[in-house]
Amino acid sequence: MSTAAPAEHDHHEEHATGLTRWLTTTNHKDIGTLYLWFSFIMFFVGGFMALIIRAELFQPGLQIVDPQFFNSMTTMHALIMIFGAVMPAFVGLANWMIPMMLGAPDMALPRMNNWSFWILPFAFAMLLGTLFMDGGAPAAGWTMYAPLVLQTGDAFPFMIFSIHLMGISSVMGAINIVATILNMRAPGMTLLRMPLFVWTWLITAYLLIAVMPVLAGAVTMLLTDKFFGTSFFNAAGGGDPVMFQHIFWFFGHPEVYILILPAFGIMSQIIPTFARKPLFGYASMVYASASIAFLSFIVWAHHMFTVGMPLAGQLFFMFATMLIAVPTGVKVFNWVATMWRGAMTFETPMLFAISFVILFTIGGFSGLMLAITPADFQYHDSYFVVAHFHYVLVPGAIFAIIAGVYYWLPKWTGRMYSEPLGKLHFWTSMIFMNITFFPMHFVGLAGMPRRIPDYAVQFADFNMIASIGAFGFGFSQLIFLYIVLRAIRTGEPATAQVWEGAHGLEWTLPSPAPYHTFDTPPDPQLIVKEGHS
Amino acid sequence: MSGPDKKTETHRLVAKLLVVVLAMFGFGYALVPLYEIICEVTGLNGKTGQVSLAGVTGPDTSRVITVRFTATVNSAAPWDFQPNDRVMEVHPGGLYETSYQAKNRTGHLLVGQAAPSVVPREASLYFNKTECFCFTRQEFGPDEVRDMPVQFVIDRNIPAHIETLVLSYTFFDITEKG
Ligand SMILES: [Cu+2]
Repeated sequence: MSTAAPAEHDHHEEHATGLTRWLTTTNHKDIGTLYLWFSFIMFFVGGFMALIIRAELFQPGLQIVDPQFFNSMTTMHALIMIFGAVMPAFVGLANWMIPMMLGAPDMALPRMNNWSFWILPFAFAMLLGTLFMDGGAPAAGWTMYAPLVLQTGDAFPFMIFSIHLMGISSVMGAINIVATILNMRAPGMTLLRMPLFVWTWLITAYLLIAVMPVLAGAVTMLLTDKFFGTSFFNAAGGGDPVMFQHIFWFFGHPEVYILILPAFGIMSQIIPTFARKPLFGYASMVYASASIAFLSFIVWAHHMFTVGMPLAGQLFFMFATMLIAVPTGVKVFNWVATMWRGAMTFETPMLFAISFVILFTIGGFSGLMLAITPADFQYHDSYFVVAHFHYVLVPGAIFAIIAGVYYWLPKWTGRMYSEPLGKLHFWTSMIFMNITFFPMHFVGLAGMPRRIPDYAVQFADFNMIASIGAFGFGFSQLIFLYIVLRAIRTGEPATAQVWEGAHGLEWTLPSPAPYHTFDTPPDPQLIVKEGHS
Repeated sequence: MSGPDKKTETHRLVAKLLVVVLAMFGFGYALVPLYEIICEVTGLNGKTGQVSLAGVTGPDTSRVITVRFTATVNSAAPWDFQPNDRVMEVHPGGLYETSYQAKNRTGHLLVGQAAPSVVPREASLYFNKTECFCFTRQEFGPDEVRDMPVQFVIDRNIPAHIETLVLSYTFFDITEKG
């Protein structure tokens, strides 16, 4: 398989070496790599915090950490996993894959790309630094509800500024992705020939541009309420704490689709490859993604049914939320239909993809249960909610990222990972993940509240099981780290196409993909041949 | 498409997207007045009507509504605060007056402020105050005790099924904010 762009490009393009290379790089592949390693590190940092939580919850009573620190752990675990692990991983995959999928030489704004990455280490250094401050790290939950969050100690302004920086970074990344997709496509790469990973990222980028500034506004209001005498959320000055929840969730609900739409895109790349069939219902996938994005703006109050809301509001937000199940159902149907009568093989990316379809759907169903307003009064702020969002985020977002890494790693490194070890990683992750999170449904329905370091003794057995699962899941990820490192060093050489059923421009490039690709656009006929329609 | 063309096109797109970013930042702040308006129009949150004489149309003696008064001090601030009447029986359309008493329990100057709220929410749309100590700073000298009057009228259009409503005040210490 030859490429339109000559691979002999590297030698006359000089780039710095060592640390300077990584600090100054504007190459989309380098920046993609930086994002992915950063996210991997944050995944372990956030995971370590989760294990502190689960260690404390192994038994009822207070044994390992004090309650304030426990609350810091739940807060920091969420902030780090959302903004430090999942979002940067998706941006890293976008950086690596979108230019190659579109036949573009690089991202549209390479220098801004460098900035948007290098802001992140500073943001997270600042956030993690709060662990050592007077009053401890933020402990009011990642949702930062006023007035509780205003009691945060010295950490408060640092938390706000780190969120500002994360927001600036992801808005810059999103603008770059939109500009790349709209302006850098090779001739012949029409919008409806784009791979679905590109489509879902285009929609995600618009969501980021729309809601990250709203979050920035909300946390700025918190900052001025605390330090500059404003009363946005202070009832004494005519403000209202409930308003914070409205503004926060106006950002927060679209944010959960920011965390899952790129995962849908990855699934739509992997499943057709290993089913050896084109994706079923390509156009409906695009429209379903767009409708999910649109609906995400009108459902935010389902997070706050219990604050007191008129009946009409409760009904509206309940039905609007349930409506999202329709486009999501279309997607699940299409993935299953793609597999239907396909010549399926079960390499590691496909195993993670299939478990995504099943387990994400379980998370979707518990979401539907939570959407039922009268039932939500029972589930609200219980472990059932924790079970729900971990089912959509762990076997959802994170399994998709892991699947994407296994799927594209040979293209990035030119080397195959070890398939037996990959399968071991899959089975341990999948089993331990269910051991961790499935019991949380039960304790939640039985009334165990979330965000507490101690609990009533009747919840002890299920919590012990969940904690065992969590440690198993955590250690399984060390296998993943080992697999990636081993593949980079000693993996078998990969072919250009890597997977027998893989289609798309990126698979026409040699493995590893040269430092510069598609300096001259690919042949339009190649686009048609590799494309969806 | 040639190189420079693509560049200007990209820059134009980026400029547009930056406008969206700024607009959405503004939108976050616009949600604040929007929220106030929605609360006012729908009576959500039990926010009471404006200080106005609207609704004083003479008592409708065919109906009696029980108004209960409650008082809360926020965050255990050093005040005593209670209503002087616990319950009043009133006719819609008539003008009534009651008062709340507050006492500064400290030996120094305190500044307080009260926020009112009415339940049921639906009733708040028909509950108008013609005079109120809420939403203005109340300065109290050392150990000062003072009655603070409230004049109110319940609109005649209040739905027939509402027979009782509760007016509650929460008193906040805003001495530090001055
Ligand atoms: Cu939501």
